[in-house]
Amino acid sequence: MEALFSILIGLFFAGAIYLILSKSTVRILLGVVLLGNAVNLLLFTAGRLTREVPPIIPAGMDVLLPGAANPLPQALILTAIVISFSFFAFLLVLTYRAYQELGTDDTDEMRLAEPRQEPLPPLGY
Amino acid sequence: MNTLILRTVAPSLTALMLLFSVFVLLRGHNEPGGGFIGGLIAASALAIYGIAFGVPSVRRAIRFHPMAIAGFGLLLATLSGALSIFFGVPFMTGLWVYPVIFDVELPLSTVMSFDIGVYLVVVGAITSIALALEQEPGSDVEGED
Amino acid sequence: MAANAPALTFFALFLPFLASVLAPVLTRLLGDRAAFVLALAPALAFAHFCTFLPEIAAGEVVTGGYAWAPSFNLSFSWFLDGLSLTFALLITGIGALIVVYSGGYMKGHEGQGRFMAFILAFMGAMLGLVVSDSFLMLFVYWELTSITSFLLIGFDHEREAARRAALQALVVTGGGGLCLLAGLVFLWNITGVTQLSLLVHLGDGLRQSPFYLATLLLVLAGAFTKSAQFPFHFWLPNAMEAPTPVSAYLHSATMVKAGVYLLMRLNPVMGDTPAWVILLPFFGGITLIAGTFLAVRQTDLKLMLAYTTMASLGLLVMLTGFGSAHAVEAAVLYLVAHSLFKGALFMVAGTVDHEAGTRDVTKLGGLRAAMPVTFGAALLAALSMGGLPLFFGFLAKEEIYAALAAGNPRAVFFTGLAVIGNALMFAIAFAVALKPFLGPHVETPKHAHEGPMTLWLGPVVLSVLGLAAALFSGVAHRYISSPMASAITDEKIVIDISTVPHLGLPLLLSVITVLLGALAFWRLTDLRAFMVRAVESLGPGPDRGFDHVVSGLVRLSAAVTRFVQPGRLEIYITATFILLAVTLLVPPFVFGELPVMPAWPEQLLVQEAAFFAIAVIGLFAVLRAKDRLTAIVSLGIQGFAVAVIFLLFGAPDLSFTQFMVETLSVVILALVMTRLRLTPRDHRPLGQSLFDGMVAVACGLGFTLLLLKSTQAPFDTVLTDFFNTYSKTVAHGANVVNVIIVDFRGTDTLGEIAVVMVTALAVLALIRVRAGKRAGSGEGR
Repeated sequence: MEALFSILIGLFFAGAIYLILSKSTVRILLGVVLLGNAVNLLLFTAGRLTREVPPIIPAGMDVLLPGAANPLPQALILTAIVISFSFFAFLLVLTYRAYQELGTDDTDEMRLAEPRQEPLPPLGY
Repeated sequence: MNTLILRTVAPSLTALMLLFSVFVLLRGHNEPGGGFIGGLIAASALAIYGIAFGVPSVRRAIRFHPMAIAGFGLLLATLSGALSIFFGVPFMTGLWVYPVIFDVELPLSTVMSFDIGVYLVVVGAITSIALALEQEPGSDVEGED
Repeated sequence: MAANAPALTFFALFLPFLASVLAPVLTRLLGDRAAFVLALAPALAFAHFCTFLPEIAAGEVVTGGYAWAPSFNLSFSWFLDGLSLTFALLITGIGALIVVYSGGYMKGHEGQGRFMAFILAFMGAMLGLVVSDSFLMLFVYWELTSITSFLLIGFDHEREAARRAALQALVVTGGGGLCLLAGLVFLWNITGVTQLSLLVHLGDGLRQSPFYLATLLLVLAGAFTKSAQFPFHFWLPNAMEAPTPVSAYLHSATMVKAGVYLLMRLNPVMGDTPAWVILLPFFGGITLIAGTFLAVRQTDLKLMLAYTTMASLGLLVMLTGFGSAHAVEAAVLYLVAHSLFKGALFMVAGTVDHEAGTRDVTKLGGLRAAMPVTFGAALLAALSMGGLPLFFGFLAKEEIYAALAAGNPRAVFFTGLAVIGNALMFAIAFAVALKPFLGPHVETPKHAHEGPMTLWLGPVVLSVLGLAAALFSGVAHRYISSPMASAITDEKIVIDISTVPHLGLPLLLSVITVLLGALAFWRLTDLRAFMVRAVESLGPGPDRGFDHVVSGLVRLSAAVTRFVQPGRLEIYITATFILLAVTLLVPPFVFGELPVMPAWPEQLLVQEAAFFAIAVIGLFAVLRAKDRLTAIVSLGIQGFAVAVIFLLFGAPDLSFTQFMVETLSVVILALVMTRLRLTPRDHRPLGQSLFDGMVAVACGLGFTLLLLKSTQAPFDTVLTDFFNTYSKTVAHGANVVNVIIVDFRGTDTLGEIAVVMVTALAVLALIRVRAGKRAGSGEGR
């Protein structure tokens, strides 16, 4: 099972990175969302997989049933999902605002911070 | 998206979802659920309301600025953790009390208030983002102060 | 006293810094009179250090300090022996006079408070430097003196020359400081100690170490840059851009002697090796001769003094390098004498400049009537500098000749250097002290008259001390010179030279020096013209070279920046991911750590396989999407598929969260994308697409292999078991995931919700920027 997951996760990573390598901010944004899912699945798989038994202690017991899912990666991923969502929202607004201000979604055209012909710094003292 | 069906359904749907979100939040300690999920459900509910009736009506309905709600949640979560100072135990140690109300033992804890803090932060922050984006471009950002 | 002495010493060490902080406020309140209050700080410290004189004279060593990080052997600890005590007294004593002098010199200057703050901060740094015991403290104070020196040289920061001089001094001495740091690390590694006081007895091991020479060169780089030895001398004359009190204090009496101090301090440990006795006298000798030759060329009083300071430092390094008892005695006497007379002469030059409006020696003359007190101080100081009997300088020079004049050719050579150097310094001393005051009255830019008491107090005290120390040489030797020389050689030395001339070779050499000096003084104008031509014929010196180095560095930095930051985001990202792919793929192949191939087919249930397939389809649909709607929908599809996969594998909490997040994502994505007139179409040419695809696939493969390998390793269940065991019993929660989030790892969650909140604030801010711009002037692009 882990092997299949590994391949699925590899595909997610490849897809996410291919999108992020683009010049278009919208595609980068989509890539970041996919990358978040890829990382979450990676964590999930690394904590080992079990089918269907959630990590919830049944009434009248003090510990999990044997064969229950590993709770630790789930706790990590749960917060990660919410954080990647807020990050996604931020990037989305950034893309949107950048497009409004600069009139482009091509990262090559966004040269405010690093102008194409930057003059030499002053050589005096 | 401002259709008649949505406008008809939205109020009850929002109310139901908000109720459900509180339910999910409170049962979170022993069943699937918790502050993060509850908060997301509540934020979705408000987003739906916003799509149906516009952002100003949502702002009126929740009375407080969403960021104020989030800020209150963060404060609540921090205080829940800091309460342990008065009991001489490390930061974030869970403290429990079991008051008996109407013959029902009610377990209350700083852990629960912390989870409520998480819920409020998520509701406030996500609603704030969603409302900011739902707002028509160019319309005034009144009501954000 | 013994009980509270460490606390008092600690306080004395911090007193100048305290005064530095208070200086701007006090100056605002009291004007130039604040100088008298501020001078109390060094004066009190001076008084405190004076209490150690009897103990140190008895051959004891005073140590103290506070542990800081004992596990790293780091402490704030000081160490007072004859050497550091003499320096501490010079720094605080001359410091107090300089502060008073600055009060008069900077009177009415708007930056007076700032100036006082800087100079007192420097004083604290310098004092700390000479009493430091731990290497770290030494280094920190060392660099602190460089920084305060930078601030003081560049005090008049509106002139480019001052800025250049400040930067030059900082680059040269700061760079030397870094070499010193490396040298100290070597010392620590070789000997295993981090305290100067412990180092003293480890000299033999150090001298035999194969890294001795490297250590020595690094330490010398630090000392030579600080003490302006050839070829690093050029920053010192340029440092004369600083106000004169700074030149008098930092660039003659104290800071430039830090390098000499270091060499003297390390003499017992590193001295007496072939490298030491060759390198130090060699560079010291060159510096001595170069300094005097360059000094003769000058007409500016301060520059003349600056170059002779450089020469004197060369002489000190030369003597320290000789390392014999006599040479060390000579160095000690000369160092003290030099601090006194050079400090006095610099202050005199400043007073003349302040009162007459110029310090060009050819435009000055006949000031003796107008400025009798200053003239008297100048004359006394010059007599000491010239090394005439009755003055401390004379004792020093006698001792120098006694140390050098041995029979062998090497000694003859260095004696010759010393005679020439001293003769020229004699000439310059009197040029500075006599030319402005004697002869016919010359009209100066300002109508000259005697300066206020603040301006002549310092020179008078210092020059009189130069006389008194020689007249009462027994006291001076007992408390100052002998303990200091003993500390430098690490054996008991008693200096007994007095101002009564002894017949012999040293006296003869002294006479020759004075005659030569008098001749040079008589023909100074001719000599100056000759030197100007001679130096010009040598071509540009290291000073010009510095400009080339700096501009070269700026160009290089600009070129490197352009190369590594071409301003194209995709290049940065591509580089990042290529590196990621290499990191993931190379080690498994190189070290043979590839995972074993899994056994096919795996038991995958039908519904699981279905959602796997949906996730993959969604993924590819996102990649291929040609319009907004397809992209949004397919993004949603893969997200929901992932949510279902979480559910199928026992993670209902994750699944719900993912469902909610995907829903909200699709909603807000739709909201924004409808306004963005954009399509997520790929504009990449085919070649670029293929290359990016290769990078992406390589990364994906890397992650697959990594995950396969790590899931094939045995699983460490320590943490899982912990949470499983205590979730119900201790934390009273059945949903272990939730218990981890809100209880076991609550602090993490607190940080995470803070991040969520900050992101929301950032989103609001981004949206508001637009609102502000629209409402504003409308100049937004």
